[in-house]
Amino acid sequence: MTDNIIKVGMADLKHRCHPSVLVTLGLGSCVGIALYDYKVKIIGLAHIMLPWSFQAKNNTNEAKFADTGIKLLLKNMLTDGANIGRISAKLAGGAQMFTFSGASDMMRIGQRNVEATKQVLQSLHIPVISEDTGGNHGRTIELYSDDGRLMIKTIGFGVKYI
Amino acid sequence: MDLTSLNSFHLDVLKEIGNIGSGNAATALAKLIDEKVDMKVPQIRIMGFSEINDVLGGAETPVVGVLLGVLGDIKGYILFVLEEKAAHRLINILMCRDPSEKVEYNELTLSALKEVGNILTSSYLSALSALTGLKIKPDVPALAIDMAGAILSVPAIEFGKTADAVLYIETEFIQGSESVIGDFFLAPDTESYIRLLKTLGAMC
Repeated sequence: MTDNIIKVGMADLKHRCHPSVLVTLGLGSCVGIALYDYKVKIIGLAHIMLPWSFQAKNNTNEAKFADTGIKLLLKNMLTDGANIGRISAKLAGGAQMFTFSGASDMMRIGQRNVEATKQVLQSLHIPVISEDTGGNHGRTIELYSDDGRLMIKTIGFGVKYI
Repeated sequence: MDLTSLNSFHLDVLKEIGNIGSGNAATALAKLIDEKVDMKVPQIRIMGFSEINDVLGGAETPVVGVLLGVLGDIKGYILFVLEEKAAHRLINILMCRDPSEKVEYNELTLSALKEVGNILTSSYLSALSALTGLKIKPDVPALAIDMAGAILSVPAIEFGKTADAVLYIETEFIQGSESVIGDFFLAPDTESYIRLLKTLGAMC
């Protein structure tokens, strides 16, 4: 079943046709956005670091941001035969790895990443069917093309599927 | 000015900065645990974000990370990363217990690790401060025990706002022949490493 395991790095995005598995390791405050078209079984995974491209001085890498990353991933999937009406999303990550006494903006970056991701998906009318976000622990995720399940591995919180 | 335009002379100067800072930190650690501590030659790592996950023996390796902000004329982060085994050993030495004793994470042991991070970072930065005449101070430490990738991504995200890569000055502390104690990462932001190089006359 694991014919084709492809790694997605930080500030990176990839999509693949069935059968394949997309993996991203050690998500902290970053958010993993898993898109799935159940009919043609195309999967797409984006590993974004920051919420909005317009807030950053350097925004050449579209995969770095929630807004541009989701749109680029979606475009790539649609080009390869996915249909926007059939695509649903699952989210993981957005943790706060370190707790500082003063909760500065930087430390809330995980939460802001998740909020931005949801706003962008909503504006594109893509439903978020499940998520495992927040908390203060890292996650490794694997997205399977056969049924779009998303495996989430953690240290201390076990393994689960959403 | 971006990271790719640094030449080998600049990298050598940054390496020497790492050498002086971590030399001081290694001495502090040796005094603290009353044992000999060695260090390897510092490495300058300029990494694209997608490569970060491959440092420290893989993104999923469980590690202990102590993160401190750097304040003053130089801004950035210092991250002290220990493998869990080394962290346990360090805690036991500090608590005057047998080094192989089982360690539980609680307020006391975690606070001891944070304090180690604090002391090492302060000695690292005060050496840099003495060398350059710049005002450089550490912020309060924060601690996390989790996957290496998730921990290293925290400073990387800050850099993501302005750059597509991150510069780490990494030093490995070792004990005896090959027993690794921990890795020390100094990650100055873009303006700060330029300021460091300029102050030392390595860049006009």
